[in-house]
Amino acid sequence: MASHGIKDRVAIVAMGCTPFAEQWDKGLDDLIIDAATECFADSKATKDEVDAYWLGTAQGGMSGITLARPLQIDGKPVTRVENYCTTGSEALRAAAYAVASGAYDMAMAVGVEKVKDSGYQGLNAQNPPMDGTQRTLTAAAMFSMVAPAYAQKYGVDEATMRSVLSAIAVKNHYNGARNPRAQFRREITAETAEKAPKIAGGLGVYDCAGVADGAAAAIVVRAEDAHRYTDSPLYIKALSFAAGSGSGLTDPDYDYTHFPECATAAQDAYAQAGITDPIAELAMAEVHDCFTPTELVLMEDLGFAERGTAWQAVLDGRFALDGDLPINPDGGLKSFGHPVGASGLRMIFEAWLQLRGKATPERQLSTSKTKALTHNLGGYPGEMVSFVSVLGTELD
Amino acid sequence: MLRRWTGTLVTMRGIITAAGYVPYRRLEGKQISAFFGSGGGRGTRTVASHDEDTTTMGVEAARRALAGGLTVDSLRFATPTPAYVDKNNASTIHAALRLPASVGAYDVGGSLRSWTGALLGALDGPGHGLVVAADLRDGLPTSADEAGCGDAAAAVVVGEGTDDAPVIAEIIGRGAATDEFLDRWRSPGDTRPRLWEERFGETRYAELSRAAYGAALADAGVEADSVDRLVISGMHARAVKAAGAKLSAGRDILVDEVTAATGQTGGAHALLLLAAALEAAGPGEVIVLLNLADGADALVLRATEAIATVRPADPVASQIATGAPLPYAKFLTWRGAVTVEPPRRPSPDRVSSTAAWRNEDWKFGFVGSKDPATGAISMPPARVSKATGDVDAMEPVSMADAVGTIVTFTIDRVAYSPSPPIVFAVVDFDGGGRFPIELTDVDADEVSIGDKVTMTFRRLFTSDGIHDYFWKGRPRPVRTATSTKEA
Repeated sequence: MASHGIKDRVAIVAMGCTPFAEQWDKGLDDLIIDAATECFADSKATKDEVDAYWLGTAQGGMSGITLARPLQIDGKPVTRVENYCTTGSEALRAAAYAVASGAYDMAMAVGVEKVKDSGYQGLNAQNPPMDGTQRTLTAAAMFSMVAPAYAQKYGVDEATMRSVLSAIAVKNHYNGARNPRAQFRREITAETAEKAPKIAGGLGVYDCAGVADGAAAAIVVRAEDAHRYTDSPLYIKALSFAAGSGSGLTDPDYDYTHFPECATAAQDAYAQAGITDPIAELAMAEVHDCFTPTELVLMEDLGFAERGTAWQAVLDGRFALDGDLPINPDGGLKSFGHPVGASGLRMIFEAWLQLRGKATPERQLSTSKTKALTHNLGGYPGEMVSFVSVLGTELD
Repeated sequence: MLRRWTGTLVTMRGIITAAGYVPYRRLEGKQISAFFGSGGGRGTRTVASHDEDTTTMGVEAARRALAGGLTVDSLRFATPTPAYVDKNNASTIHAALRLPASVGAYDVGGSLRSWTGALLGALDGPGHGLVVAADLRDGLPTSADEAGCGDAAAAVVVGEGTDDAPVIAEIIGRGAATDEFLDRWRSPGDTRPRLWEERFGETRYAELSRAAYGAALADAGVEADSVDRLVISGMHARAVKAAGAKLSAGRDILVDEVTAATGQTGGAHALLLLAAALEAAGPGEVIVLLNLADGADALVLRATEAIATVRPADPVASQIATGAPLPYAKFLTWRGAVTVEPPRRPSPDRVSSTAAWRNEDWKFGFVGSKDPATGAISMPPARVSKATGDVDAMEPVSMADAVGTIVTFTIDRVAYSPSPPIVFAVVDFDGGGRFPIELTDVDADEVSIGDKVTMTFRRLFTSDGIHDYFWKGRPRPVRTATSTKEA
């Protein structure tokens, strides 16, 4: 049993990312074309040079033809992947491993979701025929059980816990207000977050990610070829992935205060990348803030805070744009919404911008650190898949 | 034309167990008059939850009747308000009770008199016969039926007693008086009953009840003044009252501690009254059950010594004493009289018939699996052991009667539900196992971590005409009916 990783063997040489928004005038094909076009424009790489494609979309369409048709790709290996909300990250993982294997010289990952055509609020899964015994809860309800469990376990009173969740929402909206691609570009106050209508449990509207359409894309090549396509490549240090068996839902020992799949993926990623002190070594991290308590718990699962202390670290501002470790400097799912297949690549896009000094000045980090982490999860507490990447501008 | 029933009595066959099921919610009649300015009256009625139908209520009554571990050889289910027609509802009850495939299960008729035929058939048949009756009574707003009827189920097991499962009341006499006349009728698919003017039925029932009562007493060889308890049920309230006055002949033998609290529960009511009467009866007492429904049927029962020692698992009297008020607006929405704006979420897909069939034990019986290596319980059942990797070494474990404790819970205001919001809890079961499950018969603001819950068989939703039956958690102990909390 081993997870060797592909540290410094593959580089991202181009990326594209559409605005994430209610894009009534854009269909799935338009979003794909826009992200891919920006990606090619960003690099010397051309469509003819791409040897293989992976499309991440949870519900946008079946098969690789969903990508091949709009981009007019003929006779090449094009594959559609799906892995809950980590779908976009999985597309990149497949493309990077394909290049690392030597099978291809250049591969492209595209993630896309057209959410706002359903006419319903929130995200909606289309399920296969079932026996009618499955949960019908929203993700908000499942994640809402985390906050009281965490508060009870670590002795955080209700008012303080509310302040912690609000601080996370305020921070991410602050960052998103400084990002032209974000869906929500207005700062909010803690009071706004706390007065918002409740969705599930103690979670209000501002504790939940928005819902948006969007797409993002990346081109990967062997690290040694990277400078043929860009002057500033982003090297892949780690790509890790962990799927739980779903047993947390029925395991009486699971207490809803942590996500073991995320901790497992983080440990694997740090081992692959050779990271021993994430706070000291990482310039930033993008994490899967689908709901505010999710981000709180992730700070501990990803090793950014000791167990039971993240709530204090949040209140101390350690994860703000000017903190020890800026979390979700692009505004996160909170500001971007969550077009499922695109989100994982959108997170990597922020690392692509920040580490290369290309973020808008209002949120550009000034740091000498050269590595960033992205974390992307899918599923629910107790039944989850988790992805972690580490990316860097320097070869170690 | 009147006919006296002249069948052969099988000695020592009688009632082994009887149980009722009374839904948790109550509607006060005064809420109706407050809203409409008419109708309602002063009483209360029981209201099946939005996730209950006659099948689920029948399951709950039967579970209570079989709580002692009784096995049965046949199942008959009678209701005037079936969840399905053509499809056999008794098969659903059979599945929820996890009865062997060799036990026949049959829906019986659709009239207010059908349960009687089911009971007599079971009495005459071999072995232990389980008879389940349920009804869910509707009427147009402000009608007498809306306020004066109710929802309930009842179940009895009849047969020859054993040491472990003795007969608590022998059936010692029967009488029937059948007559074709139109007093109350309802077209299939309609929820609204229609009535002829009251006096005609009253006079017909007066004659029919005397005939059936007299025939049953003669069949039993019992004099009228030996009757200790007289239980009368019928949808025609004036006829019931008149028959009671006439047949009790001034003696204080009329018993009904039920109807004032539940309303008249139609096709379930006579057996519900009987279950309640047996809870209160002592050895040797003679009880007559008289039902008025397009004729009259009378049964004469004599309580045995065993009635003193066999106590019901969940008495009707205590179910009546618990419950919580339901606002009239909720009643109207639950009954489909008013449609309120739902959350803008997709309605659920229809259940796959094949998937439901494959998973019958889990879906209908709430049967999980237990890993013999570790004792770990999987719900739904697993084939592969997480601990050992062994395949198909699991043991089935029934969780339907397990008591659970709420570990954590949430309120989902957005998810689809026939009656939002969904109250949902993570439940740890005594003896092992955890399952996240929807709660029912609960007020969202009164759930607490640590509360005890029991499992109850419910209808989650209906899509493409297919009812999705599964289990939910129900907090216990339930509050008293005097609680001021509303749903």
